[in-house]
Amino acid sequence: MIERFLGWLGETPWSVALLESLYVWPLVESTHVLALGLFVGTTVMMDLRLVGIAFRKVPVQAFTGRLLPWTHIGFVIMAVTGLLLFYSQPLRYYHNVFFRVKVVVLIAAGINAFIFHRGAQRQAAEWGDDVLPPRAARAAGAVSLAAWTVVVVTGRLIAYNWFDCDLQPQPDWVNWAAGCAAGSE
Amino acid sequence: MLEPFFRWCESTLIGRAVAESVWAFPILEAVHLLGLCILGGALLVVDLRLLGAGLTGQPVARLARNARRWLITALVIMVATGIPLFLSEAIKAYYNTSFWVKMITLPVALLFTFAVRERVSREEGREPGVRGKVVGAVSLALWFTVAAAGRWIGFS
Repeated sequence: MIERFLGWLGETPWSVALLESLYVWPLVESTHVLALGLFVGTTVMMDLRLVGIAFRKVPVQAFTGRLLPWTHIGFVIMAVTGLLLFYSQPLRYYHNVFFRVKVVVLIAAGINAFIFHRGAQRQAAEWGDDVLPPRAARAAGAVSLAAWTVVVVTGRLIAYNWFDCDLQPQPDWVNWAAGCAAGSE
Repeated sequence: MLEPFFRWCESTLIGRAVAESVWAFPILEAVHLLGLCILGGALLVVDLRLLGAGLTGQPVARLARNARRWLITALVIMVATGIPLFLSEAIKAYYNTSFWVKMITLPVALLFTFAVRERVSREEGREPGVRGKVVGAVSLALWFTVAAAGRWIGFS
């Protein structure tokens, strides 16, 4: 059912126009890439603070209070441009192994951030000035760094068609991970 | 005049190895992007502050001092991956306008960052004045141009 919906989505006039456009698609893609500097960049700076290896004298509350709004702006730009890129080729991305890994790790990164904001950050008034934050905060920072690294790398690799369903034969695990219809195509 | 040099670049061992490998270029690109993330963060923390936004409670000098090593780390990563990427398609780069825009803006941005911005951020107090704001804006504009032109190399 998802497949049929995405197939329909990819045939809508706006999707076709976006994919075939000479400048709009590259501009959307470039915005997606440059916004990395804002979104992942500010996230990484806060994570390095949480882990305790950078900005040691800057209270964690300064990051969560003053820098996080910029991270949020970056996220909105990433999400809007990312959804547009997906909309331009929904079926292809849906069956792309790197895209699937990216989405799973993206969700994991989101859960990690949610746990931090609901947990350790609530008591930040008590430990925010510490050079080395408590274990839960350090763990959140480390998981975030690892997760966003995977998201950026797999995100970049989506562009390559090595494991695409229409390039058979593929190993069984690829056909499974990409959700290719067995034997077809 | 420079074209023979670019041809030579592409014929180097590294250039050919990257061009012939299936994985090398994509992996180098991905690491180049990770460098971009660190670079963006290290720049923005200071530039936003200079513009009177972001970590406003903190002294500019402290943020700049702290961010400096991450800025340099990012630049090392980007140069270390950027050079082999370039070597693998040097001739394409030679005929690519975006490449030249990037290569002209890059030294300007580096010079501005380490000569002007570094000195200004060391001198700025809690309330950056007009000079600080201009420096923050110029820094963002320069690096934005470098990054945008860099991305556009692949499209043109």
